[in-house]
Amino acid sequence: MPKLLTTEQMAEFASSGCLFFDELIDEQTNKEFLDDIGHTDIDKADSVNDFYKNIKATSSIPRIPAGTPLKEAFPKNSPLDKIFKNEVVEGAITSLVGSNTIVDHQFLHITFPTKYFNQANQRQMSQANHQDSTIDPRSTFDVQLFYFPTEVTKEMGGTRYHPGTHLRIVNEMAIAKYQNILGQKSIVCKPGTIGIFHSGLWHGAGVNFSENIRYMFKVRLQPTEKQELLWDPEKKYQPLPNRALYWTDETKDQTINDILMRPYPWQEADTNRLDKINVVKFWRLLTGHKKMDVDYWLTRIENELY
Amino acid sequence: MAKRQKVLVLYLKFPSLEAEVISWATFDGTGKKLHMTGDSDTPPYPTGLDALLDGWRLFQASQAIPEQPGEEHRTSYLKHEFFFEKLEEGDF
Repeated sequence: MPKLLTTEQMAEFASSGCLFFDELIDEQTNKEFLDDIGHTDIDKADSVNDFYKNIKATSSIPRIPAGTPLKEAFPKNSPLDKIFKNEVVEGAITSLVGSNTIVDHQFLHITFPTKYFNQANQRQMSQANHQDSTIDPRSTFDVQLFYFPTEVTKEMGGTRYHPGTHLRIVNEMAIAKYQNILGQKSIVCKPGTIGIFHSGLWHGAGVNFSENIRYMFKVRLQPTEKQELLWDPEKKYQPLPNRALYWTDETKDQTINDILMRPYPWQEADTNRLDKINVVKFWRLLTGHKKMDVDYWLTRIENELY
Repeated sequence: MAKRQKVLVLYLKFPSLEAEVISWATFDGTGKKLHMTGDSDTPPYPTGLDALLDGWRLFQASQAIPEQPGEEHRTSYLKHEFFFEKLEEGDF
């Protein structure tokens, strides 16, 4: 039975553009996945191309035509089939992109350690910040599921990401000029961790300074239905009433609205207000409450009397 | 002695050099240091003004461009971009 996301988790996703499930996939499945792709020591991998060629030739990861239903994508009882049938993974996917989601694409990202670059006499560089695919002005959103079959230590250069950037509409690598962004995070995790990113989240791969190969398996999923209250099929969610602004009572408990209005350190003093407006607009779409607001951001400017 | 350019790009919280740095990039034409994405979590200076005080010369700043009518709430790139340089002499 899929374990649907909570309203707090949905608000977290609306605000930050990402969710993480630490050590979700069991040790046996992680081992099966690594065995399946022929995980080996760096000394036994001659080149990135040969390593990929071997994995493509021998693993059970199938070639999936774009638009294939997720339910038909992976061989039964393969490690990836087990991962997508995990009740938490299935519940999160159902909550965000529905139960009839389709696969856009998948890829096994491999980041080689320094030793490989030294042997090949190549410069070892991190991947620049980017937003995947291309300019995407839709209200509909896709998700990208990241699976980390091994431990990722700090020195392994896990995926760098920038919480709260998902609603900024940019053109793929056009954000590569931002070498560092205040509040940037890099994934450090135990084996079996799953991350789910909004398709607009800015990110990039770090440099692997460890002795081991780093893997990240990614699948991009598209919805085939409106993404409205998919996590709340009984439609129980009700927006909170207005609260006082600026002259406030700090003793109140944190609510969904505090999650939605969370500021991020990289946001400009002026544009962060537009970021908040866009989170409210996103939350309106997710909840189906077309007039709901948080902290009066939209009500104020929708009060047009002429 | 040859001259080489070092470039520092700062993105500030608002369009004044007194504003805090929210994003940064460094390109070292002397070849002494290779900078790359994600190589630092702490800004090189707290504000744009601090970069000036350390000898960086401002040579470009972003313009204020009004939002497109009908697209006033669309958000995109970081807005307040400032390019600085230092020239270094040496045998490169």
